[in-house]
Amino acid sequence: MVAVTDSALATAPPSSGRRLRATAGRVRWGRGLVLLVAAIYFIGPLAAAFWFSIDEGNGVTWHAYTSFFHTAGFASAAELSLELAAVTVVLALLLLVPTLVLIHLRYPKVHSAVELLSLLPLVVPPIVLVVGVSKVVGWGTSANPTSFTGQLFNQLLNSTPPLILPLEYVVLTMPFVFRSLDSGLRASNTATLVEAARNLGASWFTVMVRVVMPLLRTSILNAAFLAFALVLGEFTMSSLLQYQPFAVWLLQFGDTDGQLQVALSLISLLLTWVLLMIMTVIAGRDARKAT
Amino acid sequence: MLPFFGYSALFFLLPTGVVLWTAVKSGSGFTGGNLSQTIHGAYLTGLQNSVKVSVIDAVLAAVLGLILAQAIVTSRHGFLRRTVASAAAVLANFGGLPLAFLFVAAIGNAGVLTTFFSKHFNVDITNHYDLYGVSGVELVYLYFLVPLMVLVITPALEGLRPQWQEAARNLGASRVQYWRHVAMPVLLPSVFGATALLFCSSFSAYATAQALTNGTLSLTSLQIGNALDGNVLANADGIAAALALDMIILVVPLTVLYLYMQRRTSKWLQ
Repeated sequence: MVAVTDSALATAPPSSGRRLRATAGRVRWGRGLVLLVAAIYFIGPLAAAFWFSIDEGNGVTWHAYTSFFHTAGFASAAELSLELAAVTVVLALLLLVPTLVLIHLRYPKVHSAVELLSLLPLVVPPIVLVVGVSKVVGWGTSANPTSFTGQLFNQLLNSTPPLILPLEYVVLTMPFVFRSLDSGLRASNTATLVEAARNLGASWFTVMVRVVMPLLRTSILNAAFLAFALVLGEFTMSSLLQYQPFAVWLLQFGDTDGQLQVALSLISLLLTWVLLMIMTVIAGRDARKAT
Repeated sequence: MLPFFGYSALFFLLPTGVVLWTAVKSGSGFTGGNLSQTIHGAYLTGLQNSVKVSVIDAVLAAVLGLILAQAIVTSRHGFLRRTVASAAAVLANFGGLPLAFLFVAAIGNAGVLTTFFSKHFNVDITNHYDLYGVSGVELVYLYFLVPLMVLVITPALEGLRPQWQEAARNLGASRVQYWRHVAMPVLLPSVFGATALLFCSSFSAYATAQALTNGTLSLTSLQIGNALDGNVLANADGIAAALALDMIILVVPLTVLYLYMQRRTSKWLQ
């Protein structure tokens, strides 16, 4: 956060003051132009799409924004997406919070190994991962349905929600969750506080719930939100494994009602943006409190 | 520690390994047949299209994103910067499917702007691009790649110390000289790394292109999807895995380059 280039110019030696002021003026003008062009480029399609979703020949209709909840398939697709997102967030946090706390407190040597494994899903695209997953799923479904393998895969694929998706989503969200928690642990003096709590006789469970969780509140919230938003919009894996959460439904439904499809797209982008803004505000308030 | 490593092995390393294994496996032996099939004919065209789209978009997005990020970083309105930063995060990470629909609504065959221009100016703007073809995919990808560039290059731009510019000025350097001899050399590794990341994002994107073209365009990611989905191909598994392996071969070194450059940058940022 260093908005200093301008003030740096302003405090330059007075001998060249006039020339500098002229340059600064030109820079500000150029910056305004860049921001304006960018604003038009990015807001333009959004505005056009919004118009598309309410345009009705000679008038305006809000039917897309009032009727989507009763549209066939919306409720079940949205419900599936929310369930998947919730299970993913819980699983990811259960897996990574204890792991990261442990490597920061007890096993700093394996930090780089865990970091590597957590960031790797960034390197292997989801479209590649899903090829492997569907192959493994194929082995499972071709196994004898009464055998242990057959029953296990039946559970993974046909439970509500189908567990195979959140299990893989945890992998897809791992880079974001890892980074958020890791930087949170780096910034706070967790190690000292945990040692103090242990010396005073607190159990590991108490330490986790009453020391670690409050310290990492912002990072955990941040990680949970990112994972949640990623799962809500996920398309590649769910569509190729033949499930129908929100994003897949939205694509298939477009043939029936284009206006509704565009309206829901706008709503989902706007919702994500608002949640992200709330995150930024909370994080900013915490940072101010810490200093 | 064990649950974490076990989890990664089971749900990440195993499927990835299975891809490699399936790509080169045939009956009881090994084969290069799948791989060689994916670098000939229609699959070669797909690879070429994908590389072309990704190179053009990565370079364009890197240049445009750099300019935009510099404008945002030097802006003094904190609110504007926060708003733009979070909007960029939304478009870069969660764009996917909605972006395709937005563009169809704006400039598709029945889009708002298309109708507007044909009604009032009697011009059919769809003559100048094919939204459902390669040029359309390039256009729509830019919409999430430019924000991605802004996100990844902003820390590097914020790391440029104002003292460097002051020092250069005191020594009599012009603006151009400052950028040419001070800022550019410092930024270059980050810019290269970011461009590599943009290439990979574009190359492995699936949802946007699938929604735009219904899977008909020959791009490698769509061909993988079709091979998995269709069940019409003989040996579909082998082809899908071999295409996935092609993708790994192209994308993995570039992503590693990005992560390495990012680590280098974060060192001198502290």
